Amino acid sequence: MADVFSAVISIAFHGVAFAMVLYLISVGLSVTMGLMGFVNLAHGVFAAAGGYVMTTLFNDYGVPFPLAVAIAAIVVGAGSVALERTLYRRFYGGDELDQVLMTIALVFISIAGAKYIWGSEQAPMHPPPYLAGQVELIGRDFPTYRAFIIVAGAVLVTLLWLGLDRTRLGAKIRAAVDNRRMAQSVGIDTSSLFSFTFALGTGLAALGGALGAELLPVFPGYALDNLILFLIVVAVGGLGTIRGPFFAALLLGVADTAFKYLVPEFGSFFIYALTLVILLVRPKGLFGQIGRA
Amino acid sequence: MSDIAAALETRGLERSFGALRVTRHVDFRLEPGARHALIGPNGAGKTTFINLVTGALTPSAGTILLGGADVTALAQEQRVKRGLGRTFQINTLFRGLSVLENVCLSIGEHRGLAGGLFRPAGSHRDVLLAAYALLERLRLADDASRLVRELPYGRQRLVEIAVALGLEPTVLLLDEPAAGVPSAESGIIVDVIESLPADLALLIIEHDMDLVFRLARRITVLDQGAILVEGTPQEIAADSRVREVYLGERGGR
Amino acid sequence: MSDTPLAAVVAPPPHDRPLPEAVRLLARRHRPRSYEAIPWLVAIAGYFAFPDYLQLGAQVFIAILFALATDLILGYGGVITLGQAAFFGSGAYVCGIVSAHGWTEPLTLVVIGAAAAALVGLVSGFVVLRTSGLTQLMLTLIVAVMLGEAANKATSVTGGANGLQGMVISPILGIFDFDLYGQTAYIYCLVLLFLGWLAVRIIVYSPFGRTLTGIRESEARMHAIGSPVFRRRLTAYVISAALCGVAGALLAETTSLVALDALSFERSGAVVIMLIIGGLGRLYGAFLGVPIYMILQDRFAQADPTYWYFWIGIFLLAIVLFARGGILGLIERAARLVRK
Repeated sequence: MADVFSAVISIAFHGVAFAMVLYLISVGLSVTMGLMGFVNLAHGVFAAAGGYVMTTLFNDYGVPFPLAVAIAAIVVGAGSVALERTLYRRFYGGDELDQVLMTIALVFISIAGAKYIWGSEQAPMHPPPYLAGQVELIGRDFPTYRAFIIVAGAVLVTLLWLGLDRTRLGAKIRAAVDNRRMAQSVGIDTSSLFSFTFALGTGLAALGGALGAELLPVFPGYALDNLILFLIVVAVGGLGTIRGPFFAALLLGVADTAFKYLVPEFGSFFIYALTLVILLVRPKGLFGQIGRA
Repeated sequence: MSDIAAALETRGLERSFGALRVTRHVDFRLEPGARHALIGPNGAGKTTFINLVTGALTPSAGTILLGGADVTALAQEQRVKRGLGRTFQINTLFRGLSVLENVCLSIGEHRGLAGGLFRPAGSHRDVLLAAYALLERLRLADDASRLVRELPYGRQRLVEIAVALGLEPTVLLLDEPAAGVPSAESGIIVDVIESLPADLALLIIEHDMDLVFRLARRITVLDQGAILVEGTPQEIAADSRVREVYLGERGGR
Repeated sequence: MSDTPLAAVVAPPPHDRPLPEAVRLLARRHRPRSYEAIPWLVAIAGYFAFPDYLQLGAQVFIAILFALATDLILGYGGVITLGQAAFFGSGAYVCGIVSAHGWTEPLTLVVIGAAAAALVGLVSGFVVLRTSGLTQLMLTLIVAVMLGEAANKATSVTGGANGLQGMVISPILGIFDFDLYGQTAYIYCLVLLFLGWLAVRIIVYSPFGRTLTGIRESEARMHAIGSPVFRRRLTAYVISAALCGVAGALLAETTSLVALDALSFERSGAVVIMLIIGGLGRLYGAFLGVPIYMILQDRFAQADPTYWYFWIGIFLLAIVLFARGGILGLIERAARLVRK
């Protein structure tokens, strides 16, 4: 009985940590796909970039861990605007297949680029000493770093949601996500709003990639290998929603951890099956609004 | 009202979205060969009504009859097979195909040939000729080989009608047939509608009152999802309630 | 004029007058053209010109057949799919597993592979085609990765990550054995590609194929002219799946090996990329896109083994930015310029 209890606790703990990383990375994807109507298969590139920048700063230049994470998010977010303005923008409202091809091209280029700069090996990720080791919670030991991810993730999610709920900019973004044409007609400059939202999304992905480098190791093929995972979170959560992917990430993060713990011989099979069933019952995802494209 | 079955009839038609009743107990009758207009201010529920009739939406309550037969439970394509044709307010055509092929598709579907896998479509000579004859009737023959997307918008409105006529419908719903067409060009569309066969029942949804009064012999006014009044053009023009909800709203814009 | 009953409006005119030009054009469209012989002549010439590359040639034919089958559902049917490997892999694995269990006749194995893939297409299509847009894309993807993970984990049946071993293939028709130089494989795959192409060509020009294009152009209008859209798409999906299964079975037979990459996302993605490069919905996009992509990939990989992904990516960007409609789109535009 105690074994079952401890297994449940352990699954919940690791599942939630995984979910936080998944959400930070996927929320931006949900917004690009929903707000800009863009089939963005290259979103993982930004998460990988965040992981690379952070590990480089932290390992090679001795930049303190929190600062390295923050710089990674800011650099990637700002840098992504250049891509948004030069490439993504041309395909807004365009053919979905062109978007698929363009973003796959970006993924290919990023794979080669990452190899060129950082080599083929996985980027080494060792948490700083104060986050290494174990921490005791309710009489059990848990990895400190994972506990940190949960706490940091919760803080970031709270900040993000508060920001979107309470600020003018947040109100604009929500308006645009809900109804793009309406937002344009009331005079919101959707062009720069798109750039900003894109940067916010990629910045959060970089944050997720950096914080999550210990769970989702950073290597050149990162964007391609994890693509399906990120897409699933968005599809299950409901395209274009901001809160949807959070609950989807929780559900999928915990379920994936549970399946891999309980039936490791089936690998990721059940998580795909679960997604399939959810999308069958609710094609617009768990939190997608009925009647919206 | 009469012993002859109506071409199209709705009884107690209802539709709600959540708490919002967008169609309220609509009893509507379209006589065979009718020239009937459905008007009403924006948000009166015209589009919902059309979608209920065609089967794009399911009613919350009520029945829909085509030629006296209950079609409420039938899917859209089955209603089409029973003689219900429609055009769209915004051109909804096969833009990358030629005008002739647009019409061929609807004729082929109507004649039950469209599922054929083995014989080339081009060998169905009778379909091609029927399509061409239809284009000639609608003065579109000169554009037969052009792609729809290369045509001016007004010509595309005619293709809308041609594609619907290829189904040989008994009821034709024309959803704002002249929408988006400059008034100088809308004359051709009006001519074409006026020349449609007399045995075809027409329901025209329209904003342009000139057009309505020119084409319709009967008018139904919809307001807030319910029928406000129905009558001849003269009666409607004289009705003070109509002025209030519809003409008033129109004057205010 | 308004007294004419509608039946008379769509009745054919008397037969004595010459056919209008527009009607003649459509009536002749499906007839064979001389340029359609080009790929086959090239393939036959290739057999004699490059005797050392026949194995590679057979693989190119298989990839073309896979792309051609995908074009039917993607280019003509307008279903954006990133999961075609599900059908290719099903065909390959079922063909391989049956062969490893003792049934070794290659032609029946192809039929078995096609049937298995068609079944996967029928079941998954029933789910996938009820949705649209991104959900649909996701579902195609998930079906494929699910099968991939199943094949990965069911090691006792599929060999898992090591690939399926122990396939035995008898000579074709009891006469032509698969040889080391790939002569048999080359001709065998070419013949089946030709048959597959013939099937797709007939379908594309049939009334059914035209309605498929109609669905791609405007689904709403197809509903409004009374077309059973879902059934049509499902039919096309199953046909496409069966042909993908043929391609997969051919891969299994010619290489005597089935590995997980038959079901991989990379395979699903690559086939779409190759089609876009060649030109979608044009019947010959597969014949151009597949060799170009495979040759480029090979050249880049030799010239720059570490970073060839970079050059492929740049090439794809160039296609999507400057050559919409792929190579065939470019050719069409050039032809239109010349005519003017």
